[in-house]
Amino acid sequence: MIQNIPSTIAKPIVRYRNITKSFGDHTVLKELDLDILPGEVIALIGPSGSGKTTIARLLMTLEKPSSGTIEVNGEMLWHEEKRGKLVWANEKHLHRVRSSIGMVFQHFNLFPHMTILRNVMEGLIQVHKIPKVKAEHQALEMLSRVGLQDHILHYPVQLSGGQKQRVAIARALVMQPQIMLFDEVTSALDPELVEEVLEVIKGIAAEGNMAMMLITHEMDFAKDIADRVLFTDGGIIVEQGTPQQIFEDPQSPRLQAFLTRFLKGRTDIVVNDQVAAGAK
Amino acid sequence: MWDWEYTWSILPKLLEVIPITLAITIAGFIIACVLGLPIALAKRSHRKWIALPVSAVAEFIRCTPLIIQLFVLVFVLPQSLGITLSPIVAGIAGLGIHYSTYLAEVYRSGIESVPKGQWEAAKALNFNHKTTWLNIVFPQSIPPTIPVMGNYLIVMFKETPTMSAITVVELLMTAKELGSQSFKYLEALTLVGVIFLALSYSSSLLVRRVERRMKQKERSGLAK
Amino acid sequence: MDLLSLDLLPPLLKGLKITLLLTIYSIALALCIAFLTGLARLSNFTIIRVMAMVYVEIFRGTSLLVQLFWMYFALPVLLDIHLSAMSAAVIALGLNYGAYGSEVVRSSILAVPKGQIEASISLNFTPLQRMRRIILPQAWVMMLPGFGNLQIELLKGTSLVYLITLTDLTYQGMMLRSYDMSQTTAIFIWLLFFYFITSYLLTLLIRLAERRAVVGRGI
Repeated sequence: MIQNIPSTIAKPIVRYRNITKSFGDHTVLKELDLDILPGEVIALIGPSGSGKTTIARLLMTLEKPSSGTIEVNGEMLWHEEKRGKLVWANEKHLHRVRSSIGMVFQHFNLFPHMTILRNVMEGLIQVHKIPKVKAEHQALEMLSRVGLQDHILHYPVQLSGGQKQRVAIARALVMQPQIMLFDEVTSALDPELVEEVLEVIKGIAAEGNMAMMLITHEMDFAKDIADRVLFTDGGIIVEQGTPQQIFEDPQSPRLQAFLTRFLKGRTDIVVNDQVAAGAK
Repeated sequence: MWDWEYTWSILPKLLEVIPITLAITIAGFIIACVLGLPIALAKRSHRKWIALPVSAVAEFIRCTPLIIQLFVLVFVLPQSLGITLSPIVAGIAGLGIHYSTYLAEVYRSGIESVPKGQWEAAKALNFNHKTTWLNIVFPQSIPPTIPVMGNYLIVMFKETPTMSAITVVELLMTAKELGSQSFKYLEALTLVGVIFLALSYSSSLLVRRVERRMKQKERSGLAK
Repeated sequence: MDLLSLDLLPPLLKGLKITLLLTIYSIALALCIAFLTGLARLSNFTIIRVMAMVYVEIFRGTSLLVQLFWMYFALPVLLDIHLSAMSAAVIALGLNYGAYGSEVVRSSILAVPKGQIEASISLNFTPLQRMRRIILPQAWVMMLPGFGNLQIELLKGTSLVYLITLTDLTYQGMMLRSYDMSQTTAIFIWLLFFYFITSYLLTLLIRLAERRAVVGRGI
C-alpha cells in the first residue's frame, strides 16, 4: 500500500488511522490511513462497493468504525480517552467534534416538510442558535450564491434534481464546516442537470478555504478541481497522486483497468439514457 | 385477595366454552370471507349503480358498532320482517357481515397490489377475462392477503365477548355468571383475559411466522 | 310505527352527549399512551422496550369488552378502590386503543427515510432536535390515516360501555326499548344514524388534519 505523503508541513485537519469497517462478514475498508490537509480538495474514485462512500460516512458519524481511529483537528472523533483507555465517545462529544464537518448526499435528503429557505435556516437556528432574522439573512445570501434566490418559498418537491442538490449544498455550506463531504452528488441527477451542480462545487473549491472530499464518477470534474485523487478498490487505497499522475500515468493494473472500463462504461451510460429517453 | 382454590374450581367451566367460542369465530370468519369477495368486486365495478350503493352500505356497516347490529338482528328483524334468529345464529351472522366489509378492503388492496403492467401484459397476450383473473390476478393477490386475513380471524375471536349482550354463552358470559354466583369477579374475569391472551397471542405469533416465511420465499424467488 | 318519533330524541341526545364525551376523553388518553409507548418501543434501553411490548401484547391480545369488565369489576377488588363507570371506561378504551396506536406511531417513525436522519446528523442536530424537527413532523403525516381508522374503532368500542351501566347512547336506546317495545325499529334506526354521523364527523376531522399537515408541500 502506498503511504500517504502530505504535500506541505501543515497539520492535517482529518486523520484516519488504521480504520477497518466491516458489515457482518463483509469487510468494506481494510486498515485505511488517510490525512486531509486544511483547504485540500481530494477526490475519491473507484468501482461501486470499493468503500469510498464508507470513508465519508465514517467521518460524518453515520457509520461506526469496526476498529481504528479518526481525528478531526487533533481530537478523536469516535473515541474518548478515559483512564488511559479508548472508549466510545458519547453523543455530546460527537456533537462537538461533528460541528466542523458537513455533507451533501447523493439523494439530497432535503427536509420535505420545510420550504427551501427553512431547509437552509434550520441548522443555523437549531444548532448555531442564531436569531431567526439573522439566520434568514445568511440563508438568503447562501441561496443566492447557488442561484436559487427566486425559489426560497418553494418546497423541495417543486424543484428539479439539480436545484435540490444546490439547496442541499447551500444547507451544508451555511453551517461553515471546515471540511465538506460530497457523496456522489450528481449520480442521482438527469445528465442535463449535472453541470449546474458541478459549477457550484467548482465555485466553492475555487475559494480554497475549505477542505473537500469528493466521491465521484465524474472523472473530468475530479481532474479539474482535485488537488489529490485517490483510487480505492477492495477496501484499500490502491493508488493516489495528483490528477495528472492518476489519469495520465496510472501505475497499478487495477487503476488502469478501472479507467479503461470506466471510459467504456460511460459510453454505455449515455446509450442507456438515450434508450430511457426514447422509452418515455 | 386472590383465591387460588376458587380459580382452579372455575377453570374447567371456562375451558368448556372455548370450543363453542372458537366455532362461532370460525363460522363468522367463513361468512366474512365469502361475503367479502362480492363486496370487493362490486366496489371496484365500473358500473356506478353497483359500486356506489355497495360502497355506501359497506361503509355504513363498518362505521356503526357491531353490538347495535347484533341488536338489530335479534330485536328488529322479528318485529319488522318476522324473522326470528336464535342468539347464536344472529351472533354468527352479525359477526360475519360486520367483518365482511373489512375483508372486502383486504381483497381490494390485494387486487390493487397487482402491478398495472400485469394487467397490460395479460391484455397484450390476449387472455380473456377468466384467464386474466384466475391465472394472473388471483395467484398474485392472494398470498399477500393471507397474513392480514389471519389477523382478522384473531380480531374476530376477540370480538366474541360482544355476543354476551345478546345472551350467547361464550367466555365472558360464563365468567359473568360465575362471578355473580360467588361475587368473585376478579378471578373469573382475569382468567378470561388470560385465556384470550394465550389463544390470540399464540395465533398472532403463528401469523407472523407465516408472514416472515412468505417474505423470505418472495425474496428468494426474486433472487432466482 | 312512527319512524320519526321525535319523543325518542331527548333521551337519545343525552346518551349521545355521554358517548361523545367518552370518545373525546378516550381519544386524548389513547393518543398520549400511543406516543409514549410508540417511542418507548424504539428506545435504546432493553427494559423500556420490553415493558412497552408486554403492555401492547396484553392489551392487543385480550378483548376490549373483557378489559372493560376487568377495569370495572375486577380492578376495584384487586386494589380496593372505587372506580366510576366513566373512569373505568376511559381507562379501558385509552389503554386498549393506545396499544394499537403505539404500533401506528412506531411504524410511522420507522418509515421516515433514513436519509432524513442522516441529513439531520450531518447538520449536527441533537437527537432531541432530530426527533422534534425532522422525524415527528414527517411521521405525523403518515400516522393520520392509521389514527383515523382507530378513532372509528374507538367510537364503536364506546357502545360496549352500556354493559357496565354507563348511560351512553346505546344504554338510552335499550332503556327506551324496555319502556315501549313497539318502538324498537325506530330506536335502532336512530342509534345507527347517530353512530354513523359521529364516525363521519370523526373522518372529516382527520381529513382536515391531513390537509393541514401536508399544506404547501405540493404532495
